Amino acid sequence: MENIYKTLTAIMIDVFDDDDIVATEGLTAAQVNGWDSLAHVRLMIQVERAFKVKFTASEINSFKTVGDLARSIAAKTGLK
Amino acid sequence: MTRHLFADLAWLPEPPADFRTRVKTLAAGVPNAGDEILTLATHALSDAQLRRLADAIAQLAAQGTNLAPLTPFKLGLVGTGTLDLLIPLLAGSAARHGIVLECVHADYGQIIQEALDPNSKLNRAKCDAVLVALDYRSLPIPSGLGDRGNSVEASAAFIDTLREGFHANSGAVCIVQTFAPPPEQLFGSLDRRVALTTRSLLDALNRRLAESLAGTPDLILDIAGLAETVGLAEWYSPEQWNLAKLPFSATYARLYADHVGRLIGAIRGNARRCLILDLDNTLWGGVIGDDGLDGIRLAQGDAVGEAHLEVQRTALMLRERGIVLAVSSKNTDEIARAAFREHPEMLLREKHIAVFQANWNDKATNIKAIAEELTLGLQSMVFLDDNPVERGLVRQLLPRVAVPELPEDPALYARTLLAAGYFEAVAFSDEDRKRADFYQDNAKRLALQSKVGGIEAYLESLNMEITFAPFDAVGRERISQLINKSNQFNLTTRRYTEAEVAAAEADPDAFTLQVRLTDVFGDNGMISVIIARAAGEAEWEIDTWLMSCRVLGRKVEQMVLRELVLNAREQGVRRLIGVYRPTEKNAMVKDHYAKLGFTELGEGGSHWVFDTATDIPAAPMTVIRVGHTASLADA
Repeated sequence: MENIYKTLTAIMIDVFDDDDIVATEGLTAAQVNGWDSLAHVRLMIQVERAFKVKFTASEINSFKTVGDLARSIAAKTGLK
Repeated sequence: MTRHLFADLAWLPEPPADFRTRVKTLAAGVPNAGDEILTLATHALSDAQLRRLADAIAQLAAQGTNLAPLTPFKLGLVGTGTLDLLIPLLAGSAARHGIVLECVHADYGQIIQEALDPNSKLNRAKCDAVLVALDYRSLPIPSGLGDRGNSVEASAAFIDTLREGFHANSGAVCIVQTFAPPPEQLFGSLDRRVALTTRSLLDALNRRLAESLAGTPDLILDIAGLAETVGLAEWYSPEQWNLAKLPFSATYARLYADHVGRLIGAIRGNARRCLILDLDNTLWGGVIGDDGLDGIRLAQGDAVGEAHLEVQRTALMLRERGIVLAVSSKNTDEIARAAFREHPEMLLREKHIAVFQANWNDKATNIKAIAEELTLGLQSMVFLDDNPVERGLVRQLLPRVAVPELPEDPALYARTLLAAGYFEAVAFSDEDRKRADFYQDNAKRLALQSKVGGIEAYLESLNMEITFAPFDAVGRERISQLINKSNQFNLTTRRYTEAEVAAAEADPDAFTLQVRLTDVFGDNGMISVIIARAAGEAEWEIDTWLMSCRVLGRKVEQMVLRELVLNAREQGVRRLIGVYRPTEKNAMVKDHYAKLGFTELGEGGSHWVFDTATDIPAAPMTVIRVGHTASLADA
């Protein structure tokens, strides 16, 4: 999981243009400046590209925290 | 990882590692901000990087910063689905084509209102152009086949209404997209034959659109063509449409934005006008100076030859539509021209080339000379070269020249050049057809101007590593290959068999060097071979000195001489004798010894002498020594 969070951090720094972001289990959209619905789409697209995974619409809607996202990536990729 | 030509815009070099810092510096204010924007934009930037660059440009524009040579353009945007994500990509990509783009965006779903209401956001903004980014989902096409009897007419009328609305209410030119059909078929192959299927309707509509724009100032953005190029199933993403109403897959957003950028660039006259071609391994396979007229690969039926013929065919077609062709090659003029005059498979002939620069100058100097000769600016030039070092040099010294990255396989050279869209046009007239001839008639034979500065700095940035080793069993085969093949940079053209090379290894009276060079672009392999033999009292005669022309202009010769001198001193040798034996092909090294500071012995330029007490400065590269010279104390 550590590597997944590391990659997520890099993606989020890029997408939100904020060097101070750290992807953590409990992080939610409300805590990040600029994380609106469009930014969410951008983030999902970048995550899909980086991990070579696909999320269904219902999966994307079910992610409430970065932890939910990371667990889904782990399940799809087998990364630990 | 191999880059995908279209999705990754692989003709553009990868972004610099310090991209973010450079954008921050740019935003804080730098002299020549326009040039820095152009340089930064001319990379395969990621979505996020394009956004960042777009933000910086917007900030500078808002402050009234002079962004020349970029010119402003106001684009209205209306269309199908969510276009918000595209806007910063459009601005960042337009910069690549010399445009400071201000984008005015209609509210979601407001298409017809924006066109017809004189007080709409777009009409009030007085845009230079409005991009009507519709796809088939916004057209009046009912789902039932039975109801589609007049769908083509209705769709065409819908588009005409939009265009006329924008013309009447704001005077803006309209850029209309063609319609890419969805990949889902109704019948299968029969879709082509049944006039009412989506595919047939859109085909008919596209044709009609092209015809109806004739005689109007409006333009087409051929998205149907672009989507076909990448593949319809790749282009349309049902997931992303459902999730966020993205009209096409975000994977291709950068490609789309670049296509919009090049079209706007063409409207503003920024399209390129001249293609400068390298010769060896670009126009033909092989090195004509070494392989000879018969040795270069151009034949039909030979895979490598076919690839290079395709480059020639492409250049010729571009010329026929008005693109001026020029040559810049490190070659002896006569040898290079011989291919154009005598090679039966050559498609390009001397008459097609406006300026022919085959010499041993660096290519930045040559390209400047070509631009001056043609009275075209550097921003009109495209430079095609297989060698990454030449490309890097030209990019660094002449950043306004477009230099496409090329893949390893020459089979993809022509496609890559065309995919870059350097020669985007918004019209085609009889005059265009004649333009290449016009420039050519005006071109005179060139006298070369002063050298471009900054080469030293460029060489440093190459991080070259030069390795010196005596001949050994591992290098033997390659050494004898070079000895028997090199013609141009070969001082004596003495040929030796592999057995003779092996004998030199063991000969106590022979000093041998095999030289390798690596740089940031990779390993150039063995690039130089030297044999010196004990001659008179404390004297070495340089029996063989050859070098690959690929590394010309990199100060390798200077470093080789330095190595020779250091070794000679070590062994108590006081004089080096250089020998030049002229052949038909080695005129380029006639002054080799003079340039390195040797003194002529007698007359005729055949024998030269160098005092080993002379110090030779090191060139910007790391020296590695292997074998018996490894312990050599440097200078």
